[in-house]
Amino acid sequence: MSNKIIYGLYADDEQLLEATKKIVAKGHRVNEVYSPYPVHGLDTAMGLKYSRLAITSFLYGMMGAILITLLMWYVMVGDWPMVIGGKPNFTYGQNLPAFIPVTFEATVFCAAHLMVITFLFRCGLFPGSSSRNPDPRTTDDKFLMEVHESDSKKITEIKKIMKETGAEEIKVKNNTNELLEEFEEIRQKQTQKLMKASKKKQSFMKKIFNKISKK
Amino acid sequence: MYKLTKNIKNTSTILILIGIVSLGIGFYQSLSVVSDDEIKSTVKDIAKELDLEYFESNHKDLDWESELKKDNLVLNEDDQIVDRPLNFGTLIESMAMHDFELKKEGAYTELIHKVEEKLHCHIDPHHVHSVEDVIYAAKHYFHAKHQRPWSSLLISTLFFLMVSVAATLWWALQYVAQAGWSALLLRIPMAISSFIPYGAFIMLFIIITGGLHWHHTYHWMAEGIMDPANHHYDEIIANKSAYLNIPFFILRSIIYIAGWMGFAYLLKRYSISQDRDGNGMKWYNKSYKIAVIFVLFLGVTSSTAAWDWTMSIDTHWFSTLFGWYSLASFFITACAFIAGITIYLMYNGYFKELNNSHMHDFGRYMLAFSIFWTYLWFAQYMLIWYANIPEEVTYFQERYEYFYPLIIITLLINFVSPFLLLMNRSAKRSKGKLLFVAGLIIIGHFLDVFLMITPGTMHDHWHLGYVEIGTFLGFLGFFIWVVFRNLSKYQLIQKNHPMIGESEHHEIHIH
Repeated sequence: MSNKIIYGLYADDEQLLEATKKIVAKGHRVNEVYSPYPVHGLDTAMGLKYSRLAITSFLYGMMGAILITLLMWYVMVGDWPMVIGGKPNFTYGQNLPAFIPVTFEATVFCAAHLMVITFLFRCGLFPGSSSRNPDPRTTDDKFLMEVHESDSKKITEIKKIMKETGAEEIKVKNNTNELLEEFEEIRQKQTQKLMKASKKKQSFMKKIFNKISKK
Repeated sequence: MYKLTKNIKNTSTILILIGIVSLGIGFYQSLSVVSDDEIKSTVKDIAKELDLEYFESNHKDLDWESELKKDNLVLNEDDQIVDRPLNFGTLIESMAMHDFELKKEGAYTELIHKVEEKLHCHIDPHHVHSVEDVIYAAKHYFHAKHQRPWSSLLISTLFFLMVSVAATLWWALQYVAQAGWSALLLRIPMAISSFIPYGAFIMLFIIITGGLHWHHTYHWMAEGIMDPANHHYDEIIANKSAYLNIPFFILRSIIYIAGWMGFAYLLKRYSISQDRDGNGMKWYNKSYKIAVIFVLFLGVTSSTAAWDWTMSIDTHWFSTLFGWYSLASFFITACAFIAGITIYLMYNGYFKELNNSHMHDFGRYMLAFSIFWTYLWFAQYMLIWYANIPEEVTYFQERYEYFYPLIIITLLINFVSPFLLLMNRSAKRSKGKLLFVAGLIIIGHFLDVFLMITPGTMHDHWHLGYVEIGTFLGFLGFFIWVVFRNLSKYQLIQKNHPMIGESEHHEIHIH
């Protein structure tokens, strides 16, 4: 459970990369980095896993190739055989050269578009979605590093590293999401307690009522 | 500095010896050729002996009725035959025809057999329908036999000459694109470019001997083909005489070769001057200018050279894409050679500065350009296949009829195998796999060049035997010897190149 977020703002990507490497080397985890452009070597420094987007791209490409093959087969051979330029009809295989460009285009189309859509959904970027960027300056020329931590000793250590590597601003904020979760837990515990107490009260009252009614 | 090892020397000497021996055998065999007149007289004599005149006279318009009467199969009413439920008429007719065909076939098989025995040649019985056909096929056999060493010489010369030109293009492109990653290994294309004069000399030899009618690699050089009075006259070729004539052809060849050699020499001189002079930027800028002009020059001459030296073999055929297609083939081979030589040197303890990312770039080059080659191959093939115009389709007609398995093998080696083997990121970064794929590409594109030239020169009498492969190995040995000797002459890593530092720190970050 980490209830604090440390923000380090950098003006240079080299410093950011160095800080990331140092913080990771000390055994902490850099949760997020906001940057105006891709920084070379940052993903390896952060220890991010290999992206699985390429696999989806392959699957979408295969899907596109198969679907367009089925469509072309149905339109050109299956439903109503077409004779174009006196080519041998009734077969897909003998006319294969004519179908290759379309298959290629459909493969690329499906792979590219569906991969982009998958990427946007995975990032939660769709029309009407709210910005999750904590600092608008990262869309211009600054780099923001985000570390989640709750141990106060570790927080001071991370802050020290950030200062050493030349961070312009260092901020520590309460992790609102985490706090909300904690509130929720506390509330639930209290309600349970109350429920138990009320049950005890009820059983106690019943006992008294029974005793009175017997007498 | 690279030192020429005994290993390289021995290997190249053995390969050169293999080449000389196999090419020598090819030339020796090509000497025992029977002249056209002799073929004509011998075939006609044998045909008389076998009494083939009967089939000769009947082979076109056969009098079926007399044919049927001969076999006591007389039809009652010709008009009613069609109306009968069981069509006996056509049945009998076809039986008689079948009988006649069988007899004819038997007679011709005997003729072919005797001709083959007497003249020591091979004739394909599928295309023989008359005595003239037998003469034609026998003539073709001996033309192909005479042609064999010349066409294998042309294949290997063209392959290694154009590969060294394409390596120079690779070298120049590094300057044109101001590429930093390759600054460490620019001496390798430089060494390969030093093969141009040797290849060019043999190429000019082939062209000039063709002009002297020592061989018939270039069909349009044949005597009387542009003369309307001559019986060899070919109107389509005669119409091309403004471009395809021997003096202009030789002049063009000299211009290409002189240009390529000149630019390669200038780039080499600037590179060596950069070693000596501390001011690297000055020589870099000069190299950049020369590289740009060279790329523009090669942009035109690579196409025209391909038309002249390769496409004019199939004189009737033309394709606007052919120049780029053949350049793509040679460029990917040059990439494979550069990668192969670099990896060989790395295995021998040189180039310690190079890392996995350089290998990754070699892998990308090979993957991208093998796909590019396939793209151009397919673009040329599909348009010709789709349009199906006789004058264009002849090229693939001939290749499909006699070379079909080789086309499939070429596509498998040159497209499918690099595509599958180099698709993975880690495969591109491993030296062993790259070396393997580079070897495959070199073999595959030798076959590709074989397919560009042989169908036009040897038609159905083609071989891929010891003469072709031996000549290729001989040239490979010669190429290795020239390249490694030139590598040992100069510093292996260019000094004072402004991008050496960038090349040393080259790293590809992709996730």
